[in-house]
Amino acid sequence: MVDLTCRELIEFLGEYFEGGLPSENRAVFEAHIGICPPCKAYLENYRDTVDLVSGACEDLEASVPEEVPEALVQAILKARKAASRP
Amino acid sequence: MTDSTSAASQTQAEKVFVEALRKGDEAAYERLVRTYVGPLQSVARRYLRNEEDARDVVQDAFASVVRSIDRFEGESKLSTWLHRIVVNAALMKLRTQRRKPEESIDDLLPGFLEDGHQREPASEWAQSASRALERKEIRERVRDSIGQLPEGYRMVLMLRDMDGYDTDQTAELLGIQRGAVKTRLHRARQALRGLLDPHMRDEVA
Ligand SMILES: [Zn+2]
Repeated sequence: MVDLTCRELIEFLGEYFEGGLPSENRAVFEAHIGICPPCKAYLENYRDTVDLVSGACEDLEASVPEEVPEALVQAILKARKAASRP
Repeated sequence: MTDSTSAASQTQAEKVFVEALRKGDEAAYERLVRTYVGPLQSVARRYLRNEEDARDVVQDAFASVVRSIDRFEGESKLSTWLHRIVVNAALMKLRTQRRKPEESIDDLLPGFLEDGHQREPASEWAQSASRALERKEIRERVRDSIGQLPEGYRMVLMLRDMDGYDTDQTAELLGIQRGAVKTRLHRARQALRGLLDPHMRDEVA
């Protein structure tokens, strides 16, 4: 991993991001990022993508509890009564 | 969703509640259903994207809660446990439905020149993820783009980056190797980065 191409760097990006690169490879990786603006931008985009995924559904799941789907609740309660009957 | 964050987080009130559920207390069960049915339905919808399937899965999940509440150890929070039951039920449903072969993700991955340079060099995005997420149309765009990923990649991305399961948990839920989880996650993120790039690159008014 002496001379890293952009293609190789992007291949290793997943491991780097998860903290899985050994330290010597990490140093080569970071040296490339330091002199290659497109790879630096790619890394930042990648990081933002992960953050976008983690936040993209928060509003959906947070806004649900006010409206309990009554028909579904009744179906679930009924199913249990039916199951517990001898 | 990792064990370190959920460990020892079960409150005394929750212990009492779980005890009532174990004894078959009907009022407690109804409270459980009313509290969690909405959030769990939206989790199921995310995985299945079909209203009827999502409802079926939520019903199945509550039925399995009744059967397995004795096995709920209390080393995780009740909500964490329920979440996993629903995700598991949704994945099982998908597995029984899957008929067509997996689509390829290759067309969505970045291209490179002969010398290894990026064919379309990445450039900085106009706004940070946290700023972008304040806007509804961006959140919808992200969800739509995730929906364009081939299913095997979409599942790994949602389990890992949306629902916070770790590599081992994801491998177990999907019944695949850890290495496959890592590869798919990396490709899914790259594909999604490519899909979002045109929208994130421009400063939108
Ligand atoms: Zn580069």
